[in-house]
Amino acid sequence: MATAPKDFRFGNFVGSLIQLIFWILIIVTLVGLPLIFIILFYVPLPPVNGEVLTPYLFFSMMVDPTRTIPIINFMIHTDMFRVAVFPGFSYAALLAAATIFIERKFLAKMQLRIGPLYAGKIEGILQLIADGLKLISKEIIVPSGADKLIFWTAPVAFVVTAAAVVSLIPAAPGWVVADLDVGIIAVFAFLGFFPLIALLFSWASNSKYPFIGGMRALHQMIAFEIPFILSALPVVILAGSLNLTDMANAQYSYWFVFFLPISAFVFYISSLAELERIPFDLPEAESEIVAGWLTETSGMIYGLIQLGTYVKLYALAGLFVILFLGGWAGPQIFPEEIMPGYTGEKIYNATTVNAVFWFTLKSLGMIMLILLPRGINPRIRIDILLHTGWYKLIVLAFINIFVALLLVYGGVLGPGGLLST
Amino acid sequence: MENLDQKFNETIKMGLEIVKETEEDRLMTLSVGPQHPGSGHFRFTIKVDGDYVVYCDPDPGYVHRGEEKMCEYRNFIQNIPHLERPVIHDSTNITYSYSLAVEELANIQVPIRGQYIRALASELNRQVYTLYWLGIYGIFLGHSTMFMWPVGDRELFIDLLEALTGARVTHAFNIPGGVRNDMPEGFKDRCLSQVAYFEKRLDEYEDIFYNNPLFRQRTEGVGILTKEDAIKLGVTGSVLRASGIPFDVRKAEPYDIYNEVDFKVQYMKTCDSFARSMVPFLDMRESCQIIRQLLDKMPQSGEVRAKLQPNPKGPVGESYKRVESGRGALGYYIVSDGTPKPYRVKLSVGSFRNILALPHLLIGSKLADMPSIYWSLNYWPVEADR
Repeated sequence: MATAPKDFRFGNFVGSLIQLIFWILIIVTLVGLPLIFIILFYVPLPPVNGEVLTPYLFFSMMVDPTRTIPIINFMIHTDMFRVAVFPGFSYAALLAAATIFIERKFLAKMQLRIGPLYAGKIEGILQLIADGLKLISKEIIVPSGADKLIFWTAPVAFVVTAAAVVSLIPAAPGWVVADLDVGIIAVFAFLGFFPLIALLFSWASNSKYPFIGGMRALHQMIAFEIPFILSALPVVILAGSLNLTDMANAQYSYWFVFFLPISAFVFYISSLAELERIPFDLPEAESEIVAGWLTETSGMIYGLIQLGTYVKLYALAGLFVILFLGGWAGPQIFPEEIMPGYTGEKIYNATTVNAVFWFTLKSLGMIMLILLPRGINPRIRIDILLHTGWYKLIVLAFINIFVALLLVYGGVLGPGGLLST
Repeated sequence: MENLDQKFNETIKMGLEIVKETEEDRLMTLSVGPQHPGSGHFRFTIKVDGDYVVYCDPDPGYVHRGEEKMCEYRNFIQNIPHLERPVIHDSTNITYSYSLAVEELANIQVPIRGQYIRALASELNRQVYTLYWLGIYGIFLGHSTMFMWPVGDRELFIDLLEALTGARVTHAFNIPGGVRNDMPEGFKDRCLSQVAYFEKRLDEYEDIFYNNPLFRQRTEGVGILTKEDAIKLGVTGSVLRASGIPFDVRKAEPYDIYNEVDFKVQYMKTCDSFARSMVPFLDMRESCQIIRQLLDKMPQSGEVRAKLQPNPKGPVGESYKRVESGRGALGYYIVSDGTPKPYRVKLSVGSFRNILALPHLLIGSKLADMPSIYWSLNYWPVEADR
């Protein structure tokens, strides 16, 4: 517990508070408000109750809650909100942050340890912030002889590509950044960028260990790309669509994981390889090639690549949920109304909230499943890995394609089937 | 047309000239250690052709401390604390053979209870060493749980040794003439309960690590050291036993009271990395049995240390004694010129003998097999450098 210092005087304390308030007021009025006005000037505001909103009206309306709701409603249905906040980057980054924390605590419990404990008092909940601050404050060392342009752009490209995958994953009916009719193909197209980025970065760092790591990353990701795509094919056959939202809707009554367990398994193994997680973390095998293609990274370059990795982890977990676990389907547990008798415009939508809840829950469960092998498996060797990818998984993936075809032509699932909704 | 053909041929020739590879282009030289996470205080240079290792040159000596020379400036008792520095986590065993050699030289008879406590401390320390080794083996193969579990369980044995000797890691417990002090009260019960717990944990280790299909895939059939090669290269300890030769100094040349203890020499015939990683594990099980027997057969009271002169010295002569340490036979050759200081002390350590097999095993294997082969040789760089 904090104790008062010896020369503590109440007058000084109040004085410092008043000083603080003074400076906050000055900064808000001289910098904050003009800034908000400038931004609001360029943002197209909606007509509310028949009158066109101006920045001035916007401020005056913020005081009245009944008039604020239409504005908020408008805001959360803009594309900007989707890209930046909900199914887009903030949501993914938040889940990624949660993943890092869960991973550390979960792994610690498996290994009879405690894990992060001190940062943030409660079970080290602020450890990630501490680590992030540390990474930001560190110097970024660029190796001499490195290809500067690629060295700086590759980490950014990594995060951007991971975010691009996230933008295709629907988190609730209608809540998706880019609702493409070729959604699943676009996902695999974006995932195809990662080996390229790893190889470019390893080449640009001009060092031996990153080079070997980059070549390993390339081999591994290409070997697992084919079973990865083949394992998603039966779902496309059963759903009759390449659109991810349609795929989730097709499993409203029966999850595809019950019909296609082998595909789900192949997809899970391939996503582990795609994510470079143990047992497939050969590109980063520390006892052989120091840190693989990340050897020359330092400071925030490493931080960006880690962020990208965890965002990608969420994207692949979300994709598994969409393809095999019925997406957002789940029993309705949220009430229709939270304020009975309220007749004004609503923000709360029970169906969407329910969908988001189930999707997040399933994604977190899937993330846990992806984290689990790290505690129980060693790293495997590259020749075994390639053998697994090229021979075993491809054969396994084909089994369920035939099962899916049988189900469709037998009239069980698919358009007009017995069990389809 | 002729011109075109000629031009085409010239272009191809030029292209071949461009991609023509020399040996230097093809091979990549990698330096493993001393600042590489996969080596410890040790360096070996390897050359890889694609994923295959074609050349290996071990280069020990980064932590050479001149232990043998230091021995010549101190008397027999003063030598104890610095002699355990090469292997601080196996410190009882490294001073064990020194004490035996000095006792032979000065003709000292160790009391029977002292011999039992010595053997007990030696077995406990063998567990500490092997657990540490196993933890590093786990992390070398990317198995982080197998690092945390043994290192966590090692603490319990360290606590036992702390109760017995008064220090956590560097005990300086064995001295010529016996051990420094007697067992504390209630040590037997504590030791037995710890061993019972540890045997349960060993089953869990087997489940999560040794029976893991991925671990087996990585180690089985990797780095085969045949029986003949093992004898030719002069390896010792678990590496020798994994090559199908049941040689254990405790059984072959029983020292102190080891001829009264009933235990099996564990060995395997598969000669690969898996056998080399399994034999120390089987030894830990045997050690548990040995600890039980030692505690049962130990005389309940008596001297633990022979009375010595303040500065013991032997006649002019020489002696060689060896014990089975965590890494194999560990011998001391001591020459005395009749003064209280030894004239020459020579350590024959298991680590240095085992590392001679490294180039033999590594050349022709894959780069990814390097950690599993290297650490399965039961090598401790500091001990090899002395």
